[in-house]
Amino acid sequence: MDALLALPPMYYVAMVAKVLIAFVFVLLTVAYATYAERKVIGFMQVRLGPMRTGWYGLLQPIADGLKLFFKEEVVPKQASTFAFLIAPLIALVPAFISFAVIPFGGNVEVFGYTIPLQIASVYDPTVGRVLDLNVGVLYILGMASLGVYGIVLAGWSSNSKYSLLGGLRASAQMISYELAAGLAIVSIFLMSGSLSLNQIVADQAGAFGVAGWYLFRNPFTFLAGIIFFICSIAEINRTPFDLPEAETELVSGFCTEYSSMKYAMFFMAEYANMVTVCAVTTTLFLGGWHGPAFLPGWMWFIAKVYFLIFCCMWIRATYPRYRYDQLMRLGWKVFLPITLVNVVATALWIMVVG
Amino acid sequence: METLFFTIVAAVAVLSSILVITCKNPINSALSLVMTFFCLATFYVMLDAPFMAAIQVIVYAGAIMVLIVFVIMLLNIRSETGKRSNHAVAISSIVAFFVLFETCYFLFRSTAAKEGMGPLTSSVVESVGHTELIGKAMYSQFLLPFEITSLLLLVAIIGAVVLSKKKI
Repeated sequence: MDALLALPPMYYVAMVAKVLIAFVFVLLTVAYATYAERKVIGFMQVRLGPMRTGWYGLLQPIADGLKLFFKEEVVPKQASTFAFLIAPLIALVPAFISFAVIPFGGNVEVFGYTIPLQIASVYDPTVGRVLDLNVGVLYILGMASLGVYGIVLAGWSSNSKYSLLGGLRASAQMISYELAAGLAIVSIFLMSGSLSLNQIVADQAGAFGVAGWYLFRNPFTFLAGIIFFICSIAEINRTPFDLPEAETELVSGFCTEYSSMKYAMFFMAEYANMVTVCAVTTTLFLGGWHGPAFLPGWMWFIAKVYFLIFCCMWIRATYPRYRYDQLMRLGWKVFLPITLVNVVATALWIMVVG
Repeated sequence: METLFFTIVAAVAVLSSILVITCKNPINSALSLVMTFFCLATFYVMLDAPFMAAIQVIVYAGAIMVLIVFVIMLLNIRSETGKRSNHAVAISSIVAFFVLFETCYFLFRSTAAKEGMGPLTSSVVESVGHTELIGKAMYSQFLLPFEITSLLLLVAIIGAVVLSKKKI
């Protein structure tokens, strides 16, 4: 803590700038992911999607935001007010602060001061390397496990049976899939030998190019990568795992009683979670910001994240929703055993092949 | 700076732990407990133990408290109004008071804090890594307690399966 005070003033300027840039980037991506989702699904279903607001419907997210902002705020009489009001915030905040440890680019030189493009990190000239949070991955897992509170509280505090059912489903689902997602990352730890995201990304660089990415390093990390992405989609409640808000059975699930900005915050949380999950998958499995040198690192990072976001939308347009028992069976009886065996298999692979 | 930060976090910790026992609504109590766990995690970070902090958040705040909230939701306990305290509450509060007293007594009597740093100073933790240090200690020096704990957990899992299955 005392070392923090001894840092040059440039450090603070860079820190604030990085926070602002990452925050604005995520917010804009969230806003336009809603537009992109409607367009992509529209094209996949041979429709045009939003066309009326602005050129090719480009102003649609802003119109949606304004509409939600000016709606009437309704708090049910029987609701537990405190939990009801705080739930959207609890859902939204973990999605955003996970970005603090994700490296979104290489080092940048500004006025002779080296700035690593990762919020919670600092370049130490005496050691000559970037120091970041050395439990970065665990930090992300922790924040992901906190996101469930928002949904559970929303479901419980609304005092409505649909909300409660949605909240119960969400908590059971998130706890189940968190396990498999966490175990899938263990094989990455085995490969990298470090929990710091900066180290993990650096380890994937090398001369191999794409073959250096953990996804393609060996068959078991490939499996781990696929399972991690599926489990992440389940954890953020997107189709085909959107049981907590299955509109055919539960009206709108946990956010049935919400209106106006509070509903918009749940919506934002869902998309921000999607961006975060795609960024984490990029960092852990797709080589982070590394790529051929003709584009700067942060561009590669954005391109990979956007590709994964597109995959999420693609999955949503393709698959129908799971039934609840199928969902639980998939989590506990398929993914959990596979990831457990996968950890052992990765360790064996490292021992034999190296 | 560090003292100021510690004071703020400690104040939040004390306030939220008081709220845990004074809140009428069980969900609000559970939320206050999560807040207390967060403050604990912050203290771990300040003590150069980031791994402990992460585990504190993942296991306690993220998993165990979610289960507790889950149970509260299923049992549908609404706020408790006008329930009178009985003898069990009185006895347990007396026991709790004595445990607290004893802890404070031994804490103030011990000299461990004055003896200076052990071999694991903050610079060692920073250069080797907290996770690595804990892992090495757990799989070499404390292997037997670790294995016994895992056996206990296994027994607990089997017990839960036996209790919940109607037909085995």
